[in-house]
Amino acid sequence: MMKRFLMVLALLLPATVLAAGYSGPLDKANIDQSDKASLQRGAQIYMNYCLGCHSMQYQRYQRTFEDLGIPVDLGAELLQFTGEGPGSHKFSAIDREGAAEWFGLAPPDLTMVARVRGADWLYTFFRSFYVDESRPFGVNNEVFDNVGMPWVLQEMQGVPRKTYERRMVDGEMREVYVGIKSDGTGRLSEEEFDQAMLDLTNFLVYTGEPMILERQRLGMFVIGFLLVLLVLSILLKKEYWRDIK
Amino acid sequence: MSLMNWIDKRIPFSNTMKLHVTEYPAPKNFNFWYLMGSLAIVVLVNQIVTGIWLTMSYNPSAEGAFASVEYIMRDVEYGWLLRYMHSTGASAFFVVVYLHMFRGLMYGSYQKPRELLWIFGMLIFLVLMAEAFMGYLLPWGQMSYWGAQVIISLFGAIPIIGDDLTTWIRGDYVISGATLNRFFALHVIALPLVLVILVFLHLIALHEVGSNNPDGVEIKKPKGSVPEAEQAKFKFHERYTNKYDIVDAIPFHPYYTVKDIVGLVVFLILCSLVIFYAPTMGGFFLEPPNFQAADPMVTPEHIAPVWYFTPFYAILRAVPDKLGGVILMFAAIVMLALIPWLDRAKARSVRYRSTLHKANLTQFAISFVILGYLGAMPATDLYTFIARVCTILYFGFFIALFFYSKNEKIKPLPERLTK
Repeated sequence: MMKRFLMVLALLLPATVLAAGYSGPLDKANIDQSDKASLQRGAQIYMNYCLGCHSMQYQRYQRTFEDLGIPVDLGAELLQFTGEGPGSHKFSAIDREGAAEWFGLAPPDLTMVARVRGADWLYTFFRSFYVDESRPFGVNNEVFDNVGMPWVLQEMQGVPRKTYERRMVDGEMREVYVGIKSDGTGRLSEEEFDQAMLDLTNFLVYTGEPMILERQRLGMFVIGFLLVLLVLSILLKKEYWRDIK
Repeated sequence: MSLMNWIDKRIPFSNTMKLHVTEYPAPKNFNFWYLMGSLAIVVLVNQIVTGIWLTMSYNPSAEGAFASVEYIMRDVEYGWLLRYMHSTGASAFFVVVYLHMFRGLMYGSYQKPRELLWIFGMLIFLVLMAEAFMGYLLPWGQMSYWGAQVIISLFGAIPIIGDDLTTWIRGDYVISGATLNRFFALHVIALPLVLVILVFLHLIALHEVGSNNPDGVEIKKPKGSVPEAEQAKFKFHERYTNKYDIVDAIPFHPYYTVKDIVGLVVFLILCSLVIFYAPTMGGFFLEPPNFQAADPMVTPEHIAPVWYFTPFYAILRAVPDKLGGVILMFAAIVMLALIPWLDRAKARSVRYRSTLHKANLTQFAISFVILGYLGAMPATDLYTFIARVCTILYFGFFIALFFYSKNEKIKPLPERLTK
C-alpha cells in the first residue's frame, strides 16, 4: 500500500511544484556568472532601461563596478545617472507615491528578483510581452498575466505580437498559435534580443547574490582542506582502534 | 603538572574529565547512528558562534531588519558565510536531531532507566522548534512574516482565551516590529540559554545511566558477576567500577573522539557542499519568497513552513477542525514524549524485537517522511486524503505499540554485545 502511495506522489510531483502562479514551460537561461562581458552588457541595459523605475537599493554602484571589472570612474561616468557617489545604493529616480498611483503598484525593487523568481522565469518573462490593447499600457505578458508595466524594451525588440499561422491540422486548415514574434521594427534582431535578455538575466542573478563566484571559489578550498583532514582523521582512527576487538 | 595540581585543589577539573571523558565507559559497538549526538553539539556551537557575529550587524526593527540582512550578505566581510552557516546549520540541526531521535526509537534508548534522558531530549526538541520558528521571523521576508502569521494564528483556535492569547504573543494586533523585537530577544538569549541548560541536563542524565547501544543490552553488570578476565581491559572511573563490573566498553576518549572526528569531517563536507554550492537547498533551507521584504498587504500564493516543521503542519491540516488540528499536532509530539511508558517490551533494540514491531517502526518512519512532503505542498483533495491516512498511521504506531509490546515475542537477548 505504501508503495502505491509513493508512486502516486512521484507522478504528481511535476504538476505541483509549478502550481504557484504561471505553470507553463520556461525557457532555459544558459547564463554564466563568470562572463564579465555579458554581466557588463546586462548592467548597461538595467541602468538605462530599468533603474528609472526599479530601484536596486541593496546593491552599491561601486561594488557592481568592481565585481564586473568596470573602472569606477568609467562606471560613474557611463552608468551612473543620478549624481550620487560611487558608494551609494542604486535608488531609482521615480516618485514612489506617484508611481503607486500611475501603475496601481509602486515598481518593486529588483535587487533580488532572481532569487525570488529564478533565472529561467526572468529570461522567459522578458521575451513574453505581447500587444494587448485591453491593457492600460497596451501590452500584457504570458508569464506574468496583467503585468502592470509598459514594455520599455520595445525600442530594442520591436512590437511583439502573438502570431498565428494557417496550418493543416487533422485534415483541415486552422489558425495555430506559434508564439510571440516581433514585427521587426526593433533595433535588435531576434537573436541579438535574446542574447541581450540573457545578459540582463545574468546581471540580475549577479545582483541577487553578488558573492556567488567568491562563494564557489572559497568552497573548493574549504572542501579540499576537509578532504585532507578526512584522510588524516581516518588514519588516526585506525591507529587508535587497532587494539579494540 | 603543578598548575594542574593548583587547579585541581580548587575545582575538580581532572576528576570531571576522567569521569565524563577519558574514563567514561562507552559500549564498543556504536554505529553510524551514535554519531548524531556529537554532531548536534557541534551544530549548537556553530549556531551560537555564527549567531553572535550575525547579531553584531543585524537590526531588529520592522524598518531595518530586511535591509540589515542584505547588509550582512553584501557589505560585512564574510557576512554571507556567517549567514549561510547559520541558515544551513538550522536545517542541519534538525537533520541530526531527527536521526538522533530515530536512533532512540530503533534501539529502545528511551526504555527504563533512560526515561528522563528521553524526556530531556523531547524538551530540547520542543525548545529547538521554538528557537527555529522565532529565528525564521528575523530576516523579515515574506515567508518569515506570513509563516509566523499562520503559526501564531493557531493559538487563536483555543476557546475563550484564543484571540487575546495571539495578541499577547504578537504584542500587537498584527505581526509588527513589536513581535520582531520580542522574537529577537527570545531567539538570541532566552531560548538558547534554556537550550544549553537542557543539553547539559541531557548529558548529565546520559552519563548517570550510561549509553545504550545497538544491542540494547547493558554493559554494566552487577558487581562481582563477571570474572576479571572477561571484564573490559581499560581503566574506568571508580564511580562506575565501584558499583559495576564493566564489559565490552572502551573509554569515550580517545576512542570515540577520534571516531567522531571522522564522522564530523564527513558531516562538515556535506554541510560545506550546501553552504558553498546550494545555500538555499532548492528552496527548502531558504524559501524564495523570503528574498522579498515582508509586506503585510500582500499574501504569498502558497505559504509553507520550513521543511523541518512540515510533518507536524501536515497533521494540523489533515484535521478539518482548526482546534482539533492544533490539538492533534501537539499530541503528535506528546505521544513521542510518552513512548517510554507506551512501549512495554522486554527488549530494547529492534534487532531482537518482533517482525510486527519492525514493520510498525518502518511504517512510522515512512509516514513521517510522507507527512513532511505533504506539509510543504498545497493542500489538494488527494493530498489531504493521503495526509489523513499518514496521520492515522503516525498515531497508530504508538497505539499499536502499547498493545502488542506487553506480550511481544522477542528473540533471545545476548549476554554480551555482539559486535
